[in-house]
Amino acid sequence: MSEAVVINSSVLEDPWSVPLSELDPSQPAVFQSNSQFELFERLRTEDPVHYHEQGLFGPYWSITKFNDIMQVDKDHKRFSSDAGITLTERQADFTTPNFISMDPPKHDVQRKAVTGVVAPMNLAKMEPIIRQRAATILDSLPIGEQFNWVDAVSIELTTQMLATLFDFPFEDRRKLTYWSDMATSGELAGGPTPEADRRAALLECLEYFQRLWREREGTPPEIGIDLISMMANNPETQKMDPMEYLGNLILLIVGGNDTTRNSITGGVLFLNENPEQYAKLKANPGLITSMVPEIIRYQTPLTYMRRTALEDVELSGKVIKKGDKLAMWYISGNRDDEVIDRPNEFIIDRANPRHHLSFGFGIHRCMGNRLAEMQLRLLWEEILKRFEHIEVKAAPERVQSSFVRGYNDLQVVLHSK
Amino acid sequence: MPSVKFIEHNGTEHVVDGTNGDSLMMIATSNLVPGIDADCGGECSCATCHVLVDASWVDKLAPATETEESMLDLNPDRESNSRLSCQIPMSDELDGIVINLPEFQY
Repeated sequence: MSEAVVINSSVLEDPWSVPLSELDPSQPAVFQSNSQFELFERLRTEDPVHYHEQGLFGPYWSITKFNDIMQVDKDHKRFSSDAGITLTERQADFTTPNFISMDPPKHDVQRKAVTGVVAPMNLAKMEPIIRQRAATILDSLPIGEQFNWVDAVSIELTTQMLATLFDFPFEDRRKLTYWSDMATSGELAGGPTPEADRRAALLECLEYFQRLWREREGTPPEIGIDLISMMANNPETQKMDPMEYLGNLILLIVGGNDTTRNSITGGVLFLNENPEQYAKLKANPGLITSMVPEIIRYQTPLTYMRRTALEDVELSGKVIKKGDKLAMWYISGNRDDEVIDRPNEFIIDRANPRHHLSFGFGIHRCMGNRLAEMQLRLLWEEILKRFEHIEVKAAPERVQSSFVRGYNDLQVVLHSK
Repeated sequence: MPSVKFIEHNGTEHVVDGTNGDSLMMIATSNLVPGIDADCGGECSCATCHVLVDASWVDKLAPATETEESMLDLNPDRESNSRLSCQIPMSDELDGIVINLPEFQY
Protein backbone atom coordinates (compact mmCIF):
# COMPACT_ATOMS: atom_id res chain seq x y z
CA MET A 1 0.00 0.00 0.00
CA SER A 2 2.93 2.32 -0.47
CA GLU A 3 1.34 3.78 -3.61
CA ALA A 4 -1.69 6.05 -3.38
CA VAL A 5 -4.81 3.93 -3.45
CA VAL A 6 -6.37 4.09 -6.91
CA ILE A 7 -9.92 5.32 -6.87
CA ASN A 8 -12.53 5.96 -9.54
CA SER A 9 -11.20 9.09 -11.21
CA SER A 10 -14.71 10.48 -11.81
CA VAL A 11 -15.04 10.81 -8.03
CA LEU A 12 -12.25 13.38 -8.24
CA GLU A 13 -13.29 15.05 -11.47
CA ASP A 14 -17.02 15.33 -10.83
CA PRO A 15 -18.20 14.05 -7.46
CA TRP A 16 -21.81 14.93 -8.44
CA SER A 17 -21.76 12.29 -11.19
CA VAL A 18 -21.25 9.16 -9.08
CA PRO A 19 -23.53 7.40 -6.58
CA LEU A 20 -23.24 8.88 -3.08
CA SER A 21 -22.07 5.47 -1.85
CA GLU A 22 -18.88 5.83 -3.91
CA LEU A 23 -17.77 9.03 -2.23
CA ASP A 24 -15.09 8.45 0.39
CA PRO A 25 -13.24 11.54 1.59
CA SER A 26 -10.92 9.41 3.71
CA GLN A 27 -9.05 8.56 0.46
CA PRO A 28 -5.77 10.54 0.42
CA ALA A 29 -6.08 10.97 -3.37
CA VAL A 30 -9.03 13.31 -2.77
CA PHE A 31 -6.83 15.82 -0.96
CA GLN A 32 -3.65 15.20 -2.90
CA SER A 33 -5.53 16.34 -6.01
CA ASN A 34 -7.32 19.12 -4.07
CA SER A 35 -10.68 17.67 -5.16
CA GLN A 36 -12.37 17.74 -1.76
CA PHE A 37 -14.49 20.88 -1.89
CA GLU A 38 -17.06 19.75 -4.48
CA LEU A 39 -17.25 16.37 -2.80
CA PHE A 40 -18.04 17.95 0.56
CA GLU A 41 -20.47 20.40 -1.00
CA ARG A 42 -22.42 17.44 -2.33
CA LEU A 43 -22.42 15.75 1.08
CA ARG A 44 -23.53 18.96 2.81
CA THR A 45 -26.32 19.38 0.26
CA GLU A 46 -27.59 15.81 -0.02
CA ASP A 47 -26.64 13.98 3.16
CA PRO A 48 -24.76 16.11 5.70
CA VAL A 49 -24.49 13.30 8.25
CA HIS A 50 -23.51 10.46 5.93
CA TYR A 51 -22.62 6.85 6.63
CA HIS A 52 -19.86 5.43 4.42
CA GLU A 53 -20.23 1.68 4.48
CA GLN A 54 -17.01 1.13 2.60
CA GLY A 55 -14.46 3.64 3.82
CA LEU A 56 -10.78 3.09 3.16
CA PHE A 57 -10.34 2.53 6.92
CA GLY A 58 -13.69 0.77 7.42
CA PRO A 59 -17.20 2.14 7.86
CA TYR A 60 -17.59 5.63 9.34
CA TRP A 61 -19.85 8.69 9.47
CA SER A 62 -18.95 11.94 7.77
CA ILE A 63 -20.15 15.01 9.68
CA THR A 64 -19.93 17.88 7.22
CA LYS A 65 -21.99 20.87 8.50
CA PHE A 66 -20.48 23.48 10.82
CA ASN A 67 -23.14 23.27 13.54
CA ASP A 68 -23.25 19.46 13.60
CA ILE A 69 -19.47 19.39 13.96
CA MET A 70 -19.68 21.87 16.83
CA GLN A 71 -22.26 19.69 18.60
CA VAL A 72 -20.12 16.55 18.28
CA ASP A 73 -16.89 18.31 19.24
CA LYS A 74 -18.48 19.75 22.40
CA ASP A 75 -20.02 16.45 23.45
CA HIS A 76 -16.94 14.62 24.69
CA LYS A 77 -19.03 12.47 27.04
CA ARG A 78 -20.83 10.71 24.20
CA PHE A 79 -18.19 11.11 21.49
CA SER A 80 -14.94 9.71 22.78
CA SER A 81 -11.37 10.36 21.64
CA ASP A 82 -10.07 7.36 23.52
CA ALA A 83 -9.92 5.09 20.46
CA GLY A 84 -7.88 7.65 18.52
CA ILE A 85 -8.42 10.86 16.56
CA THR A 86 -7.76 9.50 13.06
CA LEU A 87 -9.80 6.93 11.16
CA THR A 88 -6.81 4.57 10.95
CA GLU A 89 -7.13 1.68 13.37
CA ARG A 90 -4.51 1.40 16.07
CA GLN A 91 -1.84 -1.28 15.77
CA ALA A 92 -1.98 -3.40 18.90
CA ASP A 93 1.79 -3.97 18.84
CA PHE A 94 2.68 -0.28 18.40
CA THR A 95 0.31 1.89 20.41
CA THR A 96 1.39 5.41 21.32
CA PRO A 97 -1.10 6.89 23.82
CA ASN A 98 -1.27 10.69 24.00
CA PHE A 99 -3.58 13.20 25.58
CA ILE A 100 -5.48 14.27 22.47
CA SER A 101 -6.51 10.61 22.16
CA MET A 102 -7.78 10.38 25.72
CA ASP A 103 -10.96 11.32 27.55
CA PRO A 104 -11.19 13.08 30.92
CA PRO A 105 -9.91 12.80 33.55
CA LYS A 106 -6.57 11.53 32.16
CA HIS A 107 -6.71 13.94 29.23
CA ASP A 108 -7.12 16.92 31.53
CA VAL A 109 -4.16 16.24 33.81
CA GLN A 110 -1.77 15.45 30.96
CA ARG A 111 -2.84 18.46 28.93
CA LYS A 112 -2.49 20.71 31.96
CA ALA A 113 1.05 19.45 32.48
CA VAL A 114 2.13 21.11 29.23
CA THR A 115 -0.35 23.93 28.49
CA GLY A 116 1.77 26.46 30.34
CA VAL A 117 4.29 26.45 27.51
CA VAL A 118 1.86 28.48 25.43
CA ALA A 119 0.55 30.62 28.28
CA PRO A 120 0.20 34.28 27.26
CA MET A 121 3.20 35.34 29.32
CA ASN A 122 5.42 32.89 27.45
CA LEU A 123 4.04 33.99 24.12
CA ALA A 124 5.01 37.55 24.97
CA LYS A 125 8.56 36.36 25.68
CA MET A 126 8.69 34.40 22.44
CA GLU A 127 7.47 37.22 20.24
CA PRO A 128 10.78 39.07 19.74
CA ILE A 129 12.62 35.78 19.23
CA ILE A 130 10.22 34.61 16.53
CA ARG A 131 10.30 38.00 14.83
CA GLN A 132 14.09 37.97 14.74
CA ARG A 133 14.17 34.45 13.34
CA ALA A 134 11.61 35.25 10.69
CA ALA A 135 13.68 38.28 9.69
CA THR A 136 16.88 36.21 9.48
CA ILE A 137 15.22 33.53 7.35
CA LEU A 138 13.66 36.09 5.00
CA ASP A 139 16.93 38.01 4.65
CA SER A 140 18.71 34.82 3.57
CA LEU A 141 16.36 34.13 0.64
CA PRO A 142 17.40 34.69 -2.98
CA ILE A 143 15.76 37.55 -4.87
CA GLY A 144 14.61 36.89 -8.43
CA GLU A 145 15.49 33.19 -8.33
CA GLN A 146 13.04 30.33 -8.09
CA PHE A 147 13.06 28.22 -4.90
CA ASN A 148 10.82 25.99 -2.76
CA TRP A 149 9.06 28.19 -0.18
CA VAL A 150 7.96 25.15 1.84
CA ASP A 151 11.48 24.05 2.68
CA ALA A 152 13.18 27.45 2.91
CA VAL A 153 10.57 29.28 4.99
CA SER A 154 7.59 27.25 6.20
CA ILE A 155 9.57 24.28 7.50
CA GLU A 156 12.50 26.32 8.73
CA LEU A 157 10.50 28.80 10.81
CA THR A 158 8.15 26.24 12.39
CA THR A 159 10.97 23.82 13.14
CA GLN A 160 13.00 26.54 14.85
CA MET A 161 9.95 27.33 16.98
CA LEU A 162 9.42 23.70 17.83
CA ALA A 163 13.07 23.29 18.84
CA THR A 164 12.60 26.19 21.23
CA LEU A 165 9.46 24.71 22.81
CA PHE A 166 11.36 21.46 23.52
CA ASP A 167 14.67 23.20 24.19
CA PHE A 168 15.89 20.74 21.56
CA PRO A 169 19.49 20.88 20.26
CA PHE A 170 19.16 23.56 17.61
CA GLU A 171 21.58 22.04 15.10
CA ASP A 172 19.55 18.81 15.07
CA ARG A 173 16.21 20.55 14.57
CA ARG A 174 15.47 19.05 11.15
CA LYS A 175 15.16 15.70 12.90
CA LEU A 176 11.93 17.11 14.34
CA THR A 177 10.63 17.79 10.83
CA TYR A 178 11.65 14.30 9.75
CA TRP A 179 9.96 12.58 12.69
CA SER A 180 6.83 14.67 12.23
CA ASP A 181 6.61 13.75 8.56
CA MET A 182 7.26 10.08 9.26
CA ALA A 183 4.58 10.04 11.98
CA THR A 184 1.84 11.29 9.65
CA SER A 185 2.79 9.64 6.34
CA GLY A 186 2.46 5.95 7.21
CA GLU A 187 1.05 3.49 4.69
CA LEU A 188 -1.59 2.36 7.16
CA ALA A 189 -2.96 5.91 7.02
CA GLY A 190 -2.85 5.83 3.21
CA GLY A 191 0.49 7.62 3.00
CA PRO A 192 3.73 6.75 1.19
CA THR A 193 5.89 5.58 4.14
CA PRO A 194 6.21 1.80 4.79
CA GLU A 195 5.07 0.98 8.31
CA ALA A 196 8.43 -0.55 9.28
CA ASP A 197 10.23 2.67 8.30
CA ARG A 198 7.71 4.75 10.23
CA ARG A 199 8.17 2.69 13.38
CA ALA A 200 11.95 2.78 13.08
CA ALA A 201 11.93 6.57 12.77
CA LEU A 202 9.63 6.98 15.75
CA LEU A 203 11.75 4.70 17.92
CA GLU A 204 14.78 6.76 16.96
CA CYS A 205 12.79 9.83 18.03
CA LEU A 206 11.97 8.18 21.36
CA GLU A 207 15.59 7.26 21.98
CA TYR A 208 16.75 10.81 21.31
CA PHE A 209 14.10 12.29 23.58
CA GLN A 210 14.74 9.76 26.35
CA ARG A 211 18.27 11.12 26.59
CA LEU A 212 16.89 14.66 26.93
CA TRP A 213 14.39 13.43 29.52
CA ARG A 214 17.13 11.85 31.63
CA GLU A 215 19.20 15.03 31.49
CA ARG A 216 16.28 17.14 32.68
CA GLU A 217 14.65 14.82 35.22
CA GLY A 218 14.74 16.30 38.69
CA THR A 219 15.76 19.74 37.47
CA PRO A 220 13.00 22.25 38.06
CA PRO A 221 12.21 23.82 34.68
CA GLU A 222 12.49 27.49 34.09
CA ILE A 223 8.85 28.34 34.34
CA GLY A 224 7.06 26.87 31.41
CA ILE A 225 9.43 27.15 28.52
CA ASP A 226 10.48 23.57 27.88
CA LEU A 227 8.00 20.76 27.22
CA ILE A 228 10.37 17.94 28.16
CA SER A 229 11.22 19.37 31.57
CA MET A 230 7.53 20.03 32.16
CA MET A 231 6.61 16.40 31.45
CA ALA A 232 9.62 14.94 33.28
CA ASN A 233 8.88 16.88 36.45
CA ASN A 234 5.09 16.89 36.65
CA PRO A 235 3.64 14.22 38.97
CA GLU A 236 0.92 13.46 36.41
CA THR A 237 3.31 12.76 33.55
CA GLN A 238 6.65 11.77 35.06
CA LYS A 239 5.61 8.12 35.37
CA MET A 240 4.56 7.75 31.72
CA ASP A 241 5.84 4.62 30.07
CA PRO A 242 8.08 5.07 27.00
CA MET A 243 5.33 4.57 24.41
CA GLU A 244 3.11 7.13 26.15
CA TYR A 245 6.02 9.57 26.22
CA LEU A 246 6.50 8.90 22.51
CA GLY A 247 2.77 9.39 21.87
CA ASN A 248 2.75 12.77 23.57
CA LEU A 249 5.97 13.79 21.79
CA ILE A 250 4.45 12.98 18.42
CA LEU A 251 1.30 14.88 19.35
CA LEU A 252 3.29 17.98 20.31
CA ILE A 253 5.68 17.71 17.35
CA VAL A 254 2.96 17.25 14.75
CA GLY A 255 0.68 19.75 16.45
CA GLY A 256 3.37 22.39 16.56
CA ASN A 257 4.86 21.72 13.18
CA ASP A 258 2.69 20.51 10.34
CA THR A 259 -0.22 22.79 10.98
CA THR A 260 1.58 26.11 11.11
CA ARG A 261 3.93 25.06 8.32
CA ASN A 262 1.08 24.39 5.92
CA SER A 263 -0.76 27.56 6.88
CA ILE A 264 2.41 29.56 6.11
CA THR A 265 2.55 28.02 2.65
CA GLY A 266 -1.20 28.27 2.16
CA GLY A 267 -1.15 32.02 2.79
CA VAL A 268 1.33 32.61 -0.04
CA LEU A 269 -0.78 30.48 -2.38
CA PHE A 270 -4.11 32.13 -1.46
CA LEU A 271 -2.76 35.66 -1.94
CA ASN A 272 -1.48 34.67 -5.38
CA GLU A 273 -4.83 33.15 -6.28
CA ASN A 274 -6.56 36.33 -5.08
CA PRO A 275 -4.48 39.27 -6.31
CA GLU A 276 -7.11 41.81 -5.22
CA GLN A 277 -6.70 40.55 -1.65
CA TYR A 278 -2.90 40.78 -1.95
CA ALA A 279 -3.25 44.39 -3.13
CA LYS A 280 -5.58 45.16 -0.24
CA LEU A 281 -3.06 43.69 2.21
CA LYS A 282 -0.15 45.69 0.81
CA ALA A 283 -2.21 48.87 0.98
CA ASN A 284 -3.12 48.15 4.60
CA PRO A 285 -0.74 45.81 6.50
CA GLY A 286 -3.01 46.20 9.55
CA LEU A 287 -5.22 43.61 7.89
CA ILE A 288 -2.69 40.91 8.84
CA THR A 289 -4.63 40.54 12.12
CA SER A 290 -7.79 39.37 10.37
CA MET A 291 -5.96 37.69 7.48
CA VAL A 292 -4.21 35.21 9.78
CA PRO A 293 -7.36 33.44 11.04
CA GLU A 294 -8.75 33.59 7.50
CA ILE A 295 -5.67 31.73 6.22
CA ILE A 296 -6.14 29.11 8.95
CA ARG A 297 -9.83 28.69 8.02
CA TYR A 298 -9.15 28.54 4.30
CA GLN A 299 -6.27 26.09 4.69
CA THR A 300 -7.75 23.89 7.45
CA PRO A 301 -4.38 22.17 7.95
CA LEU A 302 -5.95 19.20 9.77
CA THR A 303 -8.95 18.16 7.69
CA TYR A 304 -10.84 16.26 10.38
CA MET A 305 -10.80 14.76 13.84
CA ARG A 306 -12.28 11.36 14.55
CA ARG A 307 -14.58 10.47 17.45
CA THR A 308 -16.18 7.18 18.51
CA ALA A 309 -19.78 7.08 19.80
CA LEU A 310 -20.06 5.70 23.34
CA GLU A 311 -23.84 5.30 23.03
CA ASP A 312 -26.54 5.62 20.36
CA VAL A 313 -26.92 9.30 19.49
CA GLU A 314 -29.36 11.01 17.14
CA LEU A 315 -27.75 13.71 15.03
CA SER A 316 -29.65 15.66 12.38
CA GLY A 317 -32.14 12.86 11.91
CA LYS A 318 -29.62 10.01 11.76
CA VAL A 319 -28.94 7.50 14.50
CA ILE A 320 -25.26 7.03 15.16
CA LYS A 321 -24.81 3.68 16.87
CA LYS A 322 -22.67 2.96 19.87
CA GLY A 323 -19.18 2.06 18.65
CA ASP A 324 -19.49 3.86 15.30
CA LYS A 325 -16.60 5.99 14.07
CA LEU A 326 -17.21 9.61 13.03
CA ALA A 327 -15.06 12.06 11.10
CA MET A 328 -15.80 15.70 11.94
CA TRP A 329 -14.71 17.23 8.64
CA TYR A 330 -13.47 20.65 9.78
CA ILE A 331 -12.49 21.41 6.20
CA SER A 332 -16.12 20.99 5.14
CA GLY A 333 -17.66 22.88 8.07
CA ASN A 334 -15.29 25.75 7.28
CA ARG A 335 -16.99 26.01 3.85
CA ASP A 336 -20.57 25.81 5.17
CA ASP A 337 -22.49 28.83 3.86
CA GLU A 338 -25.12 28.53 6.59
CA VAL A 339 -22.50 29.80 9.05
CA ILE A 340 -19.79 31.47 6.98
CA ASP A 341 -20.60 34.17 4.45
CA ARG A 342 -19.23 33.45 0.95
CA PRO A 343 -17.20 30.55 2.40
CA ASN A 344 -15.36 29.63 -0.78
CA GLU A 345 -13.84 33.09 -1.04
CA PHE A 346 -10.58 34.09 0.64
CA ILE A 347 -11.41 37.44 2.27
CA ILE A 348 -8.70 38.94 4.46
CA ASP A 349 -10.95 41.48 6.20
CA ARG A 350 -13.85 39.29 7.29
CA ALA A 351 -15.92 40.23 10.33
CA ASN A 352 -15.39 37.64 13.08
CA PRO A 353 -12.65 35.70 11.25
CA ARG A 354 -11.85 33.46 14.22
CA HIS A 355 -15.23 31.77 13.99
CA HIS A 356 -13.85 28.73 12.17
CA LEU A 357 -13.34 25.06 13.03
CA SER A 358 -9.65 24.58 12.22
CA PHE A 359 -8.61 24.49 15.90
CA GLY A 360 -11.57 22.36 16.97
CA PHE A 361 -13.86 23.29 19.84
CA GLY A 362 -14.42 21.83 23.30
CA ILE A 363 -11.86 20.28 25.61
CA HIS A 364 -9.53 19.14 22.80
CA ARG A 365 -9.33 22.59 21.18
CA CYS A 366 -5.82 23.27 19.90
CA MET A 367 -3.74 24.49 22.83
CA GLY A 368 -1.24 26.23 20.54
CA ASN A 369 -3.77 28.28 18.61
CA ARG A 370 -2.57 31.68 19.76
CA LEU A 371 1.09 30.71 19.16
CA ALA A 372 0.21 29.59 15.64
CA GLU A 373 -1.53 32.88 14.95
CA MET A 374 1.40 34.82 16.37
CA GLN A 375 3.93 33.02 14.17
CA LEU A 376 1.88 33.76 11.07
CA ARG A 377 1.34 37.39 12.05
CA LEU A 378 5.03 38.07 12.72
CA LEU A 379 6.10 36.35 9.52
CA TRP A 380 3.68 38.37 7.40
CA GLU A 381 4.69 41.62 9.10
CA GLU A 382 8.31 40.90 8.19
CA ILE A 383 7.41 39.76 4.66
CA LEU A 384 5.54 42.97 3.90
CA LYS A 385 8.52 45.07 5.05
CA ARG A 386 10.78 43.34 2.52
CA PHE A 387 9.04 42.04 -0.56
CA GLU A 388 6.84 43.68 -3.15
CA HIS A 389 5.59 40.30 -4.27
CA ILE A 390 6.01 36.59 -3.58
CA GLU A 391 5.22 35.19 -7.00
CA VAL A 392 4.01 31.59 -7.17
CA LYS A 393 5.47 29.95 -10.28
CA ALA A 394 3.72 26.57 -10.35
CA ALA A 395 0.85 24.66 -8.80
CA PRO A 396 1.88 23.25 -5.42
CA GLU A 397 2.77 19.63 -4.83
CA ARG A 398 0.38 18.41 -2.16
CA VAL A 399 0.81 15.86 0.63
CA GLN A 400 -0.64 12.36 0.21
CA SER A 401 -2.90 12.33 3.26
CA SER A 402 -6.56 12.71 4.12
CA PHE A 403 -5.71 14.02 7.61
CA VAL A 404 -2.91 16.54 7.06
CA ARG A 405 -3.76 19.02 4.32
CA GLY A 406 -0.33 20.16 3.33
CA TYR A 407 2.30 20.95 0.74
CA ASN A 408 5.62 19.38 -0.13
CA ASP A 409 6.63 22.01 -2.64
CA LEU A 410 5.61 25.53 -3.66
CA GLN A 411 7.93 27.16 -6.20
CA VAL A 412 8.14 30.94 -5.83
CA VAL A 413 10.20 33.93 -6.95
CA LEU A 414 10.66 36.92 -4.65
CA HIS A 415 10.51 40.51 -5.86
CA SER A 416 12.08 42.99 -3.49
CA LYS A 417 10.56 46.35 -2.66
CA MET B 1 -31.89 48.55 31.42
CA PRO B 2 -29.35 46.86 33.69
CA SER B 3 -25.72 47.85 33.20
CA VAL B 4 -22.35 46.13 33.40
CA LYS B 5 -18.96 47.61 34.25
CA PHE B 6 -16.16 45.92 32.31
CA ILE B 7 -12.64 46.82 33.47
CA GLU B 8 -9.83 46.12 31.04
CA HIS B 9 -6.53 44.75 32.30
CA ASN B 10 -5.00 48.22 31.96
CA GLY B 11 -7.73 49.73 34.14
CA THR B 12 -9.89 51.28 31.42
CA GLU B 13 -13.53 51.08 32.44
CA HIS B 14 -16.52 50.56 30.15
CA VAL B 15 -20.01 50.92 31.60
CA VAL B 16 -22.55 49.57 29.11
CA ASP B 17 -26.24 48.75 29.16
CA GLY B 18 -27.38 45.20 28.50
CA THR B 19 -30.65 43.49 27.64
CA ASN B 20 -31.93 40.86 30.05
CA GLY B 21 -31.17 37.40 28.72
CA ASP B 22 -28.18 38.46 26.62
CA SER B 23 -24.89 36.98 27.82
CA LEU B 24 -22.18 39.22 29.25
CA MET B 25 -20.03 38.09 26.29
CA MET B 26 -22.64 39.38 23.82
CA ILE B 27 -22.99 42.64 25.74
CA ALA B 28 -19.21 43.17 25.70
CA THR B 29 -18.65 42.31 22.06
CA SER B 30 -21.67 44.22 20.76
CA ASN B 31 -20.41 47.31 22.61
CA LEU B 32 -16.86 46.82 21.26
CA VAL B 33 -15.36 46.30 24.70
CA PRO B 34 -11.87 44.94 23.93
CA GLY B 35 -10.41 41.87 25.62
CA ILE B 36 -13.06 39.24 24.86
CA ASP B 37 -12.48 37.13 21.74
CA ALA B 38 -15.36 34.61 21.89
CA ASP B 39 -14.05 32.50 19.00
CA CYS B 40 -16.86 29.92 19.25
CA GLY B 41 -19.62 32.51 19.33
CA GLY B 42 -21.16 31.56 22.67
CA GLU B 43 -21.10 27.76 22.59
CA CYS B 44 -19.08 27.32 25.80
CA SER B 45 -16.45 25.52 23.80
CA CYS B 46 -13.38 27.75 23.34
CA ALA B 47 -12.89 29.61 26.65
CA THR B 48 -11.80 32.84 24.91
CA CYS B 49 -14.46 34.90 26.70
CA HIS B 50 -12.78 34.29 30.05
CA VAL B 51 -13.50 36.98 32.69
CA LEU B 52 -12.77 37.53 36.37
CA VAL B 53 -15.93 38.39 38.27
CA ASP B 54 -15.56 41.02 41.02
CA ALA B 55 -15.52 39.22 44.36
CA SER B 56 -18.69 40.92 45.63
CA TRP B 57 -20.68 39.56 42.68
CA VAL B 58 -19.45 35.96 42.51
CA ASP B 59 -22.15 34.58 44.81
CA LYS B 60 -24.96 36.25 42.87
CA LEU B 61 -24.25 34.10 39.81
CA ALA B 62 -25.60 30.64 39.12
CA PRO B 63 -22.73 28.19 39.54
CA ALA B 64 -20.80 27.09 36.45
CA THR B 65 -22.14 24.01 34.66
CA GLU B 66 -19.98 20.95 34.24
CA THR B 67 -19.24 21.97 30.63
CA GLU B 68 -18.12 25.45 31.68
CA GLU B 69 -16.01 23.90 34.45
CA SER B 70 -14.27 21.59 31.98
CA MET B 71 -13.44 24.50 29.67
CA LEU B 72 -12.27 26.81 32.49
CA ASP B 73 -10.13 24.02 33.80
CA LEU B 74 -8.00 24.01 30.64
CA ASN B 75 -6.75 27.50 31.49
CA PRO B 76 -3.57 27.44 33.60
CA ASP B 77 -4.27 31.05 34.64
CA ARG B 78 -7.66 30.15 36.08
CA GLU B 79 -8.62 32.00 39.29
CA SER B 80 -11.33 31.21 41.85
CA ASN B 81 -13.51 33.96 40.31
CA SER B 82 -12.91 32.88 36.69
CA ARG B 83 -16.01 32.44 34.53
CA LEU B 84 -16.88 32.27 30.85
CA SER B 85 -18.89 35.38 30.06
CA CYS B 86 -20.98 33.59 27.41
CA GLN B 87 -22.47 31.52 30.22
CA ILE B 88 -23.70 34.48 32.32
CA PRO B 89 -27.08 35.85 31.17
CA MET B 90 -27.88 39.44 32.11
CA SER B 91 -30.72 40.03 34.58
CA ASP B 92 -32.05 42.80 36.81
CA GLU B 93 -30.33 41.13 39.77
CA LEU B 94 -26.98 41.65 38.05
CA ASP B 95 -27.52 45.38 37.42
CA GLY B 96 -24.18 47.07 38.14
CA ILE B 97 -22.07 43.89 38.06
CA VAL B 98 -18.32 44.49 37.84
CA ILE B 99 -16.31 42.27 35.47
CA ASN B 100 -12.52 42.34 35.20
CA LEU B 101 -10.94 41.29 31.91
CA PRO B 102 -7.76 39.20 31.80
CA GLU B 103 -4.67 40.45 29.99
CA PHE B 104 -4.99 37.80 27.26
CA GLN B 105 -7.43 35.20 26.00
CA TYR B 106 -6.23 31.78 24.90
